[in-house]
Amino acid sequence: MPEAVITASLLTKKYKDFAAVDGISFEVAPGESFGLLGPNGAGKSTTMRMVGAVSTRTSGDLTILGLDPDLHGPEIRAQLGVVPQADNLDQELRVRDNLIVYGRYFGIPRRQVAKRADELLEFAQLSDRAKSRVDDLSGGMKRRLTIARALVNDPRILLLDEPTTGLDPQARHILWDRLFRLKEQGTTLVLTTHYMDEAEQLCDRLVVVDKGKIMAEGSPAALIKQYSTREVVEVRFGSEKNAKVAKLIKGIGDRIEVLPDRILIYSDNGEAELSEIIKRGLNPITSLVRRSSLEDVFLRLTGRSLIE
Amino acid sequence: MTTINPVPELVEGRSPGEKSRRWGSFYVAEHRLYAMRAYLQTLLVTGFGNPLLYLFGLGVGLARLVNVPVGGATYLEFVAPALLAASAVTVAGEEFSYPVLMGFKWNPIFFGMNAAPLSGLQIVNGMIISVFVRMFPTVGVYYAFMLIFGAVPRVTGVLDILVATLVGMSVGVMIMAYTATITEDHGQMAIIQRFILMPMFLFSGTFFPITNLPIYLQWIGWISPLWHGTQLGRVLSYGLAEPGWLTLVHVVYLIALAATGWILAARHFTKRLNS
Repeated sequence: MPEAVITASLLTKKYKDFAAVDGISFEVAPGESFGLLGPNGAGKSTTMRMVGAVSTRTSGDLTILGLDPDLHGPEIRAQLGVVPQADNLDQELRVRDNLIVYGRYFGIPRRQVAKRADELLEFAQLSDRAKSRVDDLSGGMKRRLTIARALVNDPRILLLDEPTTGLDPQARHILWDRLFRLKEQGTTLVLTTHYMDEAEQLCDRLVVVDKGKIMAEGSPAALIKQYSTREVVEVRFGSEKNAKVAKLIKGIGDRIEVLPDRILIYSDNGEAELSEIIKRGLNPITSLVRRSSLEDVFLRLTGRSLIE
Repeated sequence: MTTINPVPELVEGRSPGEKSRRWGSFYVAEHRLYAMRAYLQTLLVTGFGNPLLYLFGLGVGLARLVNVPVGGATYLEFVAPALLAASAVTVAGEEFSYPVLMGFKWNPIFFGMNAAPLSGLQIVNGMIISVFVRMFPTVGVYYAFMLIFGAVPRVTGVLDILVATLVGMSVGVMIMAYTATITEDHGQMAIIQRFILMPMFLFSGTFFPITNLPIYLQWIGWISPLWHGTQLGRVLSYGLAEPGWLTLVHVVYLIALAATGWILAARHFTKRLNS
């Protein structure tokens, strides 16, 4: 593995007695697409702020591009692109001007930054909105503009905190497409998300985070293989009956999870298990056989679902 | 497919962030001035309108009514240096209050600047530079109107432009330092306007010497940067008679206040950005 661009070792951030990040360790290789998957409040954003060299750690070690963020904040930040959870575009400026003033922060000469702004607007599919007011953009457009802005300095690492939260499905797909292109160009991506599909789409490797701790680490496929079965049967019998029925289907599949609204049966052959349920005379209101996902991994690891 | 070309400046040699470290404050100022362009018309109208209205109203209207020389000066000569300093305080009150609160809260550009290589101190300095770029010409235009209205008998009066700017900045950085600590908006900005800036304008020896006030109100003048700036301005513009040490106190007080506000603002910005 080439030398890591990010190395965190027992990284901890405490606010008084509360440990928002509680001794996590991970490495990110250049060109890799690395994710932190976990529910809200897991400590993902706090980790990102420390990696972004804007928040000091309480203890542990952290090296970004070979430098300690406590000592070399500006040098590190000069080589990062940051897409924060909440857009912080300047609403008082026009779309293109947002890219220009931001590029200037990195000392890029005016003429060059103007050219780059046009390239980035094209990349973000916003060329026709160059003179629009930021307020007039849709949520997805604002997000793409924030990503374009984060690329203005040609960063070695792009940090994305919940890049598609709050976007409609179509806007998410456009955004994923743009991020996928960056990944293909070799940009190192570090992203946090609580969407399992996003993590599966974009991450080569990820850590599952809960309550400030890393619960598991690996590629999406490896994590699913390790912590779940190939398929899952989801059956619903109505919220009052689920718990009662759960007793009657004992022994079907490798493992059963009873959630308030449905029962999940883990197995390598979902169709066979579903037929068995029906054979036992139990008729679910709805049934679905699907592939295992990271959601199942998270459920297995924490006993809770990702989006609560 | 759109490819994004690398930025040569950043790829070749130069240590990352070096230019930002050296010029960051100016980049922030540049950004703010970009934003000010949106209300340039308002700036021009108030910049030219205010001195015209105030000097006309007070110089031609009120001065005729008062018509009492104050310490060897006409009433207009007496009141003009105060109005000049107050015009700088007005700019400070506008530019160091809401824009700072917005930069942290509703339009959180400061966090974006800090995610780039810029530090809290550079953001503070950039704000100061951008406000200076607005304040200095505003005060200059005001001074030009004072000359037109015949409100400045002495040549040294031209230094009032610097004094007024210093007053504006010393009040401004203090407002900025306080505003940077506001996390919830409970109308603090309006309170500053109504209960600090307005009384300061009225009780800082602006329209009458503070010795006309009962002794228990004179302290407002003593702690008011506007009073110190106004008195200093009067010494320069018409030769107000006061002990030399007191003139020195005006200068030291204003500089000390500006320095304190600047240090506090930088500290509050850094703390808030790096929490």
